[in-house]
Amino acid sequence: MSDVKASGDGALLAVRSLTKLFGSFTACNAIDLDIRPGEIHALLGENGAGKSTLVKMLFGVLAPTSGEILWKGEPVRIPSPAAARRIGIGMVFQHFSLFEALTVAENIALSLPPGISLSRVAAEASRLSRLYGLPLDPNAHVADLSVGERQRIEIVRALLQNPELIILDEPTSVLTPQEADRLFETLAKLKAEGRSVLYISHRLEEVQRICDRATVLRHGKVTGACDPRRETPASLARMMVGSDVAAVSASGTNAKGDVLLEAKHLTVRARSPFAVMLKDVCLKVRAGEVLAIAGVAGNGQSELFDALSGEYPISDPAMVSIRGRPAGNLGISARRLIGAGFVPEERHGHAAVPALPLSDNLVLARNQSDRKTFLGGGVLGIIRQAVVRLASKRIADTMDVRKSGENPAAGSLSGGNLQKFIVGRELDRQPAVLVVNQPTWGVDAGAASRIRQALVDLARSGSAVLVISQDLDEIFEVATEIAVISEGRLSDTYPAQALTREKIGLLMGGMHGENGEVAHAHRA
Amino acid sequence: MGMIEAILLTVITAATPLVIASLGELVTERAGVLNLGVEGMMIMGAALAFAATQATGSPYVGVLAGIAGGALFSLLFGFLTLTLVANQVATGLALTILGLGVSGQIGEPFVGMSGIKLQPIVIPLLADIPFLGPLLFRQDLIFYLSIALVIGISWFLFSSRAGLKLRAIGDNHASAHALGIHVIRTRYLAVMFGGACAGLAGAQLSLVYTPQWVENMSAGRGWIALALVVFASWRPWRVLAGGYLFGAVSISQLHAQAFGIGIPSQFLSALPYLATVVVLILISHNRRVTLINTPASLGKPFVPDR
Amino acid sequence: MRIELEKRPRPSALLSILSPFLALGLTVIAGGIMFALIGKNPVAALYGFFVEPLTDIWSLHEIAVKAAPLILIGAGLSVCYRSNNWNIGAEGQFIMGAIAGSIVPVVFHGWHSPLVLPLMLIFGMIGGALYAAIPAFLKAHMNTNEILTSLMLVYIAQLFLDWLVRGPWRSPDAYNFPVTRDFAREAILPEMIASGRANLGFAFAILAAIGLWFMMRYTLKGFEISVLGQSERAGRFAGFSSRRMIWFSMLLSGALAGLAGISEVSGVIGKLQPIISPGYGFTAIIVAFLGRLNPIGIIAAGLFLALTYVGGEAVQLTLNVSDKITRVFQGLLLFFVLSCDTLIQYRIRLVFSRLGRSSEGGAH
Repeated sequence: MSDVKASGDGALLAVRSLTKLFGSFTACNAIDLDIRPGEIHALLGENGAGKSTLVKMLFGVLAPTSGEILWKGEPVRIPSPAAARRIGIGMVFQHFSLFEALTVAENIALSLPPGISLSRVAAEASRLSRLYGLPLDPNAHVADLSVGERQRIEIVRALLQNPELIILDEPTSVLTPQEADRLFETLAKLKAEGRSVLYISHRLEEVQRICDRATVLRHGKVTGACDPRRETPASLARMMVGSDVAAVSASGTNAKGDVLLEAKHLTVRARSPFAVMLKDVCLKVRAGEVLAIAGVAGNGQSELFDALSGEYPISDPAMVSIRGRPAGNLGISARRLIGAGFVPEERHGHAAVPALPLSDNLVLARNQSDRKTFLGGGVLGIIRQAVVRLASKRIADTMDVRKSGENPAAGSLSGGNLQKFIVGRELDRQPAVLVVNQPTWGVDAGAASRIRQALVDLARSGSAVLVISQDLDEIFEVATEIAVISEGRLSDTYPAQALTREKIGLLMGGMHGENGEVAHAHRA
Repeated sequence: MGMIEAILLTVITAATPLVIASLGELVTERAGVLNLGVEGMMIMGAALAFAATQATGSPYVGVLAGIAGGALFSLLFGFLTLTLVANQVATGLALTILGLGVSGQIGEPFVGMSGIKLQPIVIPLLADIPFLGPLLFRQDLIFYLSIALVIGISWFLFSSRAGLKLRAIGDNHASAHALGIHVIRTRYLAVMFGGACAGLAGAQLSLVYTPQWVENMSAGRGWIALALVVFASWRPWRVLAGGYLFGAVSISQLHAQAFGIGIPSQFLSALPYLATVVVLILISHNRRVTLINTPASLGKPFVPDR
Repeated sequence: MRIELEKRPRPSALLSILSPFLALGLTVIAGGIMFALIGKNPVAALYGFFVEPLTDIWSLHEIAVKAAPLILIGAGLSVCYRSNNWNIGAEGQFIMGAIAGSIVPVVFHGWHSPLVLPLMLIFGMIGGALYAAIPAFLKAHMNTNEILTSLMLVYIAQLFLDWLVRGPWRSPDAYNFPVTRDFAREAILPEMIASGRANLGFAFAILAAIGLWFMMRYTLKGFEISVLGQSERAGRFAGFSSRRMIWFSMLLSGALAGLAGISEVSGVIGKLQPIISPGYGFTAIIVAFLGRLNPIGIIAAGLFLALTYVGGEAVQLTLNVSDKITRVFQGLLLFFVLSCDTLIQYRIRLVFSRLGRSSEGGAH
């Protein structure tokens, strides 16, 4: 695996007028882009801008509808990932293509051409991983590795092919700040070798830190190409979003009332082999407060949400209390009746059923809490469709949900609009306690701002709001207090003004060993 | 030949079709496809094998007919579930119902006829080993194939690159597709292999076990084979062990009657089915273990995005 | 050339209704080909199979007789399948219901009272429900696959019935035939109309189907069934329990299958014997899918499949076609139903060129 020499002053990869249509929907519209050798080039844009579609075309997963791709000045066709790799393009997807039941070496072997023995793959992978500061144990099963460790497999897998251009799709979305720093060191090494990196992100701070140039996409079109270090976050944001997005007006100091949501030494065993055990979690949320729980994915957020929502009741009623009542052993319907509302992380298949219309999805969350309004016929439980539809329309209007038709299937709404409906569905009840897991994941900036403002307003009106989030920007926008979750443990709670990104990163890392050890199976 | 050898021989004959059908389904399921039509493919194999043998006079042609018939019949299932993305459970049931019907139609003219039995092939030298010799090396072709299948499938799945790719598909078909692995084509081949095995197992029933054609003669063995795959945690050598265990249970009724044990014959006939239920309970009730062993994409529909 | 599926933005409502008819049409065509292959005149055979039985009152009654258990069982199965509980053992629940319901007329054959028949029906439902409780319990609490357990129980039920009628329940008056005593008059399910054999079982079936249709469409319970079948997690979020639904759906379908069993034994056969069903429990699965898991559709589908039974018997006599043909037809029908259902969710495109397709065919 020798160093790659820079190939003169021409662009390494250039894209001319590249377009992709899905039926009548234009995902990418006449995109022009060029990447120089030895450059870290950012591809910026918010969710839905067309970034993923563009790179899928560069990596041979999708075929362009029109336009051309030029590699070192020559037009090329990239019909498959194997072809992309042969040209010299490698890719690390945001959602990993890993096989949990197989070992690290087997996973890597699958993306290499046939003929190399498994033991050679294991040895090479081990060597490369150490060389680039991403240590891996080739015989570990992927199922036992953390998300950060899994990403290392993807990166090593791509590097084994000796690519001249590596595409990274939102790599830091699953990393702690310390892991992200290690990644940036690796990228610097790659750049020093003369390789190029196409870095997809919507995180402006990172882009300004490590990238040489940036191309900004919005609604499938290029809206700007610049040197990110010469821009301000506001100017970059404007290129990404178009108009100035309303900033969330901070909660300031609300009158703090009673404790409405409390967890006392909450300990819950892991329900499945891949789950995280909650250990001695203590938290208090008062009326008027927004407690944000920061943490990288996979540290017990879903488990905490399940314990608080009552989808999986626990045996000790005292461990969770809502409005002063012990609620640990109550199911979700009972907790809603006490005055709590819940918004899970997963829109499709958890918070809503995509195939069902919005009115049915309203019944989903409110069939017990609004029994008298929505159901009739006594014990028969006949659903009053007209009443439900009216309420559903009211919620959609209040939250400005864009949809096609009066009562469309939930799956036909965009992520942001569906999330607005889901949050609005709970707010409509004015719950005393609201627990939200990842309120704006995968949501466009306009809807995200709307949702965050709604959470802040709810707290201001006297409710207690608990927000679990992986997005530090979001946390600093909405939180009055912050705690950090790591490997199932919760840190102390701090007032939001007292914490910085670095301190949060330390809290995330300080609760489990974060040195450059070889990633190994650390399940008990 | 002693009593024990005689009993063991019947165990081998009873176990062989279970082992073969299970191995075929194991490969299919390792690729992520749940084919409940094993019973239908097996009975089709039995009918076609018998018919071909009667037509040509050679049971070896019958064996080929069973294999080919099972494979072709499984293509119906493959087309519906892999190309048309139909519900796998319902399609497997449809395959069984259709198989039971069509095989009855094919076998109709042969009801009551005595069949031509597949003769044992004696392996020189090895057949002279005391006790084991006559038991293992004086067997028919299909028995030898069953052992070869265990060894071959084990090597294929765990030591070959193609087997690695198949296991990858069974674990995560979306990732496999993203890596450029041909998911649908591999699954078609896995389904047809399962069909061929089920057909071979059926051929054993009508050419070795009872050299005759009786309607519905598979008597639920296809379903037991499905349970066997779960029992074996999708591992070939465990299929062999489980198959012989079930073989022993299923022919116990014959020997119990011979020994004059006074249990009603219906209860003895019910033993294999009861045993299947018990075995399923034992192997499934630990959710954690089941989760780890089951191919993660089993039964899930796959439509590649373009 | 390749077949490609393109997901529709919304399931096609038109094809939801058209698909069963399309499947029927294809089955008829395939059946015609099959008749031709075995040397019979396809038109005559198809006419004898599908049209002739509709032409006289007596065979219309026969259709109702055969349709009753199919509709009753099928409607129960639709609740199961919609909630993702794959009860394949309805045949076994049918048999156990028949046995349980026959306890009174066989064991207490001397007791004469108007209560006999209602008790038989209730026992039948309980028997079927209890037998379905076994796979329900195993799935809910032992994580055991209900397809295989319910199916194994079918074989066990058949053997149990066989033992009963040849052993402890064999009638002393029957010259050693494996049957029980004939049921007394008050133990026979009466006919509905005097012109034929159709008994009250048909009325039960229609009532049950309409009741279940109402439940599924208008009530919270129906909503619960639909949600749990589509997403267990969303169901949990709604406060529904998939474990309780396993019990509900399996017990319900078991009870209906048991009712069908005792109705058949009491109204049609008049006693217990080793074979009391031509595979109703399995044909009902086809009925459920042909009716698109909708109880009203199941009424129509049950009538159609009953027609295939009666038609099959008819052509056996008139055209000397084997009775296996019926099963082949039924299997073909299920295949075509499943194939045509794809059209509801996906548009099918035939792709001829290989250019510009990037994902498959990477060199490895």
